[in-house]
Amino acid sequence: MPDTPTGVIHDIGYQRYEGPRLGRGYATRSLFTRNVRAAYGLGRSAWAKVLPIGLLAAASIAALILVVVNTQLPIEVIDYVGIASTFTYAATVFVAVVAPELVSTDLRNNLVALYLSRPLRPRDYALAKLAALATATFVMFAGPMVVLFLGMAFSTDNGFAGVIEEFGGLLAGLAAAAIHAAVLAAIALPFASLTGRRVFATGMIIAVSLLTAPISAILQTLSEDAGGQLAGLINPVNLLNGVDRWLFDGGVFDVGPYGAVYGLVSLLVIAVGTACTLLRYRKVKP
Amino acid sequence: MVLIETDSLEKRYDDKVTALADLSVAIEPGIVGLVGVNGAGKSTLIKLALGLLAPTGGSIRVLGHDPIADGEAVRARVGYMPEHDCLPPDVIAAEFVTHMARVSGLPAATARERASETLRHVGLYEERYRRIGGYSTGMKQRVKLAQALVHDPELLLLDEPTNGLDPEGRRAMLDLVHRIGSEFGISVVVCSHLLGEIERICTSLVAIDAGRLLRSATLSSMTQHSDLLMVEIDEDPADLAEFLGRHGLEVRKDKRSLMVRIGGEPDETYDLIRDAVAELDLSLHRLEQHRHQVADLFRDLPTAEATHA
Repeated sequence: MPDTPTGVIHDIGYQRYEGPRLGRGYATRSLFTRNVRAAYGLGRSAWAKVLPIGLLAAASIAALILVVVNTQLPIEVIDYVGIASTFTYAATVFVAVVAPELVSTDLRNNLVALYLSRPLRPRDYALAKLAALATATFVMFAGPMVVLFLGMAFSTDNGFAGVIEEFGGLLAGLAAAAIHAAVLAAIALPFASLTGRRVFATGMIIAVSLLTAPISAILQTLSEDAGGQLAGLINPVNLLNGVDRWLFDGGVFDVGPYGAVYGLVSLLVIAVGTACTLLRYRKVKP
Repeated sequence: MVLIETDSLEKRYDDKVTALADLSVAIEPGIVGLVGVNGAGKSTLIKLALGLLAPTGGSIRVLGHDPIADGEAVRARVGYMPEHDCLPPDVIAAEFVTHMARVSGLPAATARERASETLRHVGLYEERYRRIGGYSTGMKQRVKLAQALVHDPELLLLDEPTNGLDPEGRRAMLDLVHRIGSEFGISVVVCSHLLGEIERICTSLVAIDAGRLLRSATLSSMTQHSDLLMVEIDEDPADLAEFLGRHGLEVRKDKRSLMVRIGGEPDETYDLIRDAVAELDLSLHRLEQHRHQVADLFRDLPTAEATHA
C-alpha cells in the first residue's frame, strides 16, 4: 500500500438524476433477470445456493457418467431427450423449492406492494416471475445436456458429421427441456403464489406432482390399452414423458396413439397455469 | 404545480368500510405533513395517489396525472416508503436498493451508483454490504427510505417513517426527511399520527379525520394565530376562569392551565389577568404567549368548519 491515500471520497451532496428512465419493459426484464439469478441463490445467502446449485451439479455429473457409459457401450443408453425425461422428477423438486422462493417470500415480506408502486403492472410482475421460474428450470435441464453434448462431440468416431449428429440430438433435447420447464413452472407458480409460507407452497407442489404419480401408475396397470395409455395425463411427470414419446420418440411412457392428446394437455396446462398466475395478481392487496 | 389534487375523493372497502369520504384537498410542493389518528385514511390516500387502489368516487391527480389511467407515469416519478416491513431479509442492502432502482427504470450502471449514493445519504456506509435480515429497525427504516429515494423521484410518499423507532431514531429519521425536502429539493408527503413530531419539519399540514379533511394550511399561516395566553396558577383555575369570563375574555381550560384569547388591546388583557390573580389571591406560576401548538388549531375548529373546510 502506498503511504498517501490514492482516492478521497468527497461529499458532493445529493445529485439529481437527469438520465433516461427506461419504462415498464425494462423494469420487467430487470425483475426477470434478478429472479433467474435468485432461483440459483445468486445474490442470496450460501444456504439458498445449496439445493439449486447442488441439483444442477449432480445432474451435470450424471451427464458426465452418461458420456462414459454411452461411449463404452455399443448402444446409446440415454440420449438428450432421455435426460429431459429422466430428470423430470429432480426438476419437480427444483420447482417445488424455487417457486416459493420466487413468489412466497415476496408475499411474506410485503414486497409485492413495493414492486407495484413502481412502473410495473401486476401482469408484468406475474409474467416476469413465471418466465424466470421456467428459465431457471430450463437451465436445470439444459446444463447436463450441454455436458453430454461436449462429451459426445469430443469422443465421436465420425468426425464432423458425428458432431453435427450430436448437435441435432442436443437441439431436440433442448426443445424437450423447454416444454418440460414451461409445464412445470406453469404448475408450480400458481400454487406457490397462494401462500406466503414457503413450506406450504413446497408441500402443495410436491403433492400435486408426486402424489398423482402412484394413482397414475395404478390406473396404468389396471386399465386396458386406452385407459392405461391415457393414465399418464393426471401426473405432470408422466404427462411430460408422454410428450417426449410423442414428439421425440423418447421417454419411458407408452402413450399408444394418444401422443397428440398429451401435447394438447401440456399446452392446456401451460395456458391455465399462466392464466391462474395472472388472475392471482390481478387483485393483489397493496 | 400542485403535487396531489383530490376532488370529493371517496374510497370504500367492500361497500362497507368508508376509508375516505368527500375529500377535496390540494397539496402544494414542500414538506407536507399528513396527520390523523390511526385509521383516519392516511395510508388509503397514499395508496390512491400511487394507483395501488382505485377510488370509488371523486378524482385524484398526482403530478398532473391520473394514477389509475396513467399509473406508469406517476409511479416512475414518485417514491413510496410503506408503513410495514417490506424488505427481503436474505438480500444484501446495496443489492436490494440497486434492484429497486432498476425496476424503477434506471440503467444498470447508474442504478448501482445511485444505490450506493442513496444509502450513504440515509446514513448507511459499510453496513450496506450486509444482509438486511441482520439490521436493526432503524437501519431497516433507512433502507426503506433509500429504496424510495434511489430513482430520484419528484415526490416522496412516506407512510409513518418513524414507526418502531426509539426517540433518538425518530429524531434522526425526521432530520433526514427534512434534509430531503430542503437540501435535496424533493417534495415530501409524510404521514404521521403524531402531530407534535412532524410539525417541526413540515412546511404545511393536512389533517384528516375519519376520512374527511379537517384542515389544510401552510404551517406559517397556522402558527400566526398566537393570540392565546397560557396562564398557569398553583390553585384550581376554576375561579380565575370564571372571573376572566365575567370580564369579557374568552377562556378555555386546558388541563391545569387556562388559555386566554388576547382581546383587542393586548395590554388590557395582561392587566386584567394580573388584577384577577391579585384579587383572588392566587399564586401565578406562568404567564406566556402561546404559539406553535398546531394541535390546538385542529382541536379548536368549530364542527361546521371542520367538516366543510
